[in-house]
Amino acid sequence: MTPAAAPADAVPVLTRPRRTVVLPALVFAALALVPAGAFALSAGYLLDLFTRVMIFAIAALSVDLLIGYAALVTFGQAAFVGIGAYAVGILASHGLTDVVVALPVALLASGLFALVTGFVCLRTKGVYFIMITLAFGQMAFFTASSLAPYGGDDGLTVQERNTVLGLPLFEQPLVFYYVVLVALLVVYLLFRALVASRFGRVLRGAKDNALRMTTLGFQVYRFQLAAYVIAGMAGGLAGFLLANATEFVSPAYMSWQRSGELIIMVLLGGLGTLHGAIVGAAAFLLLEEWLSALTEHWKMIFGPLLVLVVVFVRGGLIGIGAALARAAGRRGPRG
Amino acid sequence: MVEPVLAIDGLRKQFGGLVVTDQVTLSVAPGELHAVIGPNGAGKTTLINQISGVLPSDSGTILFAGRDITRLAPHRRARLGLARTFQITSVLPAFSALENVALAVQARSGSSFRFFGDAAAEPALNRPAMAALDEVGLADRAAVPAGHLSHGEKRALELAMALVTEPKLLLLDEPMAGTGREETARLIAVLRRLKGRFAMMLVEHDMTAVFALADHISVLIYGRILLSGKPDEVREDPQVVAAYLGDEIEFE
Ligand SMILES: Nc1ncnc2c1ncn2[C@@H]1O[C@H](COP(=O)(O)OP(=O)(O)OP(=O)(O)O)[C@@H](O)[C@H]1O
Ligand SMILES: [Mg+2]
Repeated sequence: MTPAAAPADAVPVLTRPRRTVVLPALVFAALALVPAGAFALSAGYLLDLFTRVMIFAIAALSVDLLIGYAALVTFGQAAFVGIGAYAVGILASHGLTDVVVALPVALLASGLFALVTGFVCLRTKGVYFIMITLAFGQMAFFTASSLAPYGGDDGLTVQERNTVLGLPLFEQPLVFYYVVLVALLVVYLLFRALVASRFGRVLRGAKDNALRMTTLGFQVYRFQLAAYVIAGMAGGLAGFLLANATEFVSPAYMSWQRSGELIIMVLLGGLGTLHGAIVGAAAFLLLEEWLSALTEHWKMIFGPLLVLVVVFVRGGLIGIGAALARAAGRRGPRG
Repeated sequence: MVEPVLAIDGLRKQFGGLVVTDQVTLSVAPGELHAVIGPNGAGKTTLINQISGVLPSDSGTILFAGRDITRLAPHRRARLGLARTFQITSVLPAFSALENVALAVQARSGSSFRFFGDAAAEPALNRPAMAALDEVGLADRAAVPAGHLSHGEKRALELAMALVTEPKLLLLDEPMAGTGREETARLIAVLRRLKGRFAMMLVEHDMTAVFALADHISVLIYGRILLSGKPDEVREDPQVVAAYLGDEIEFE
C-alpha cells in the first residue's frame, strides 16, 4: 500500500492506456521489407514462409483479443481458421473462385459459428470455458473430417487461388504477400482501435472485475459475445488467406494442437499487447522452420524452449525487449 | 406520504439450512439515509447482495421506485438507478482512478457499443468523472492506477464511481471498514454533503458514522429486523444496547 507521505512521482501515473508506436511500426516495416530481402538473398522460400507468418499472426491477434483483453481463454480458435479455409475450398470445388464471394462467405460462416458457439461458451467461466471452446473446436474438426464430398480426412485441394474481380492477382506471390500484409495491418489497426474504444474499455474492465462491471450496469455477456464474434471473423479471415496460400484445405487446420499453438504464439510474443501476437507468431514459425532444418529431433528442443520462454519471461519476447531497452536507457544517455 | 425508493417485503434467503435473511421488511424514503447495523454475520452483506441482484432471493419482493425488481438481472437494476459499493473494495486496479470513474459515467451515458474512438480521450466521459473525483477529494490522484491508491482512497473512489451514475439509491456496504480515523472523518464529511441528493442504505459498524449520518436505523440480527426507528429511539433501546451496541464495545 502506498503511504500517504510518498512523493507523488513515486507512483506510476496513467493519463491513458499506454500506446506503443515504435515497436509495431518496426515490425510492420520489417515485414514490408521481407520481399526485398528474399530477392536480395535469392531465397524465394522466405516469401512463402513470411506469408504464413502473417496469416498465423492474424489468427494469433484474434486469440490475443480474447485472452489478453477479455480474459477469455479460448482453446478452439483454430476452428474459425478452418471454417474460413473450408469456405474457400468448398466454394472453389463448386467453381466459385472469386474473392467477392469467398471472402464474405468465409467471414460470415466463421462469424456465425462464433455467434452460436459463443452464445453457449460464454455462459461458463474459467476452466469450463476452456473446455467447452475446446469441445466446439473438436466438433468442427470431426465435422470437417467427415465431409466426404470435400475430401474427408484427406482434405481438399484448392485448384486455383481466388481471383479478384476475375483477375488472378493472388497467383503472383509478391502481390499475395502484400495482400496478406495489408490484411494483417488492417486487423491490427482495427483491434488497436477496438481495445481503446468504449467497447474495449468495457471488455478490459470485465477482465479485471466482472462483478463490478455488472453492478455498474454493464451486461458483460453481450460485450464478450461481440468480442468473440469479432475474433472468430478474424480467425476466418486467416483461414481464407491460408487456403489461398497453401492451395489446400484440411481438417488438420482445426485440430486442437493448432488452437494450442495459437495460444503459445501469443504467450511467446507477449499477452495483451497485440503486436506481441505478431512477434510471437513470427518467432514460433521461424524457430520451427529453422530448428526442423537443423535436426530431426527439433521438437525436443522446440518444446522445452517454448516452455522456458513462456514460464520465465513475463511479458514474452516483447517483455524481454522492453526490459533490455529500459536497462540500456538507464545506463547510457538517451539516444 | 411519498412513495419509498425502496420497499422490501418479507425477503428471505437461505444458504443450505442457514436462514440468513429472514422475512426482512423495510423501506427507504427518497433522500433518506437509512443505516442498517448488526453484528458480524447478521446478514447485512447478503441483504445488499439481494437488493443489488448479485444474489437471488428465495421469496419476498423488492420494489424499487415502484417497480418490482425481485427477479431482475443486476445490470438492469443498476441501469434503473440502483448503485452499490462493496464491503471488500472493488475497483479496477489496472485502470487509473479517472478511468474507473469514467467507466461508470460510460455505464450511464447510453451506448458502450462504440468500437472506434479513444474512450480515454472523451471529454464527455472525463469531465463528469473529474468532477466526481473532486467531490470525494481525489482530484489530484486522478492519474494514479487504482491499485496504487491507499485503502481509504479506494473507498472514496468507489463512492465517486457510484456518484456519477446518478443513482436513486446507493447501497453502501461498510464504506468505513479498515480506514483510519482521519479518513473515516473525511468519508463522513463526503457522505454528509451527498445526503439528500439521493437515498442511501448504509451498512456500517462504525457507530460514530452511523449516528452522525443516519435518518433512520434498522437493526439486523440473525437475518431478522430486530428494531427500526429514529436514531434516538434506537440508541436508547435496551435490546439494542444489549444485543449490539454492547457487543460493539467488545470489539474496540
Ligand atoms: N454464499 C454463502 N454461502 C453460505 N453461507 C453464506 C454465504 N454468504 C454468507 N453466508 C453466511 O451468511 C451469514 C451472513 O453473512 P453476511 O456476509 O451477510 O453477514 P454480514 O452481516 O455482512 O457480516 P459482516 O458484518 O461480517 O460483514 C454468515 O453466517 C455467513 O457465513
Ligand atoms: Mg458484510
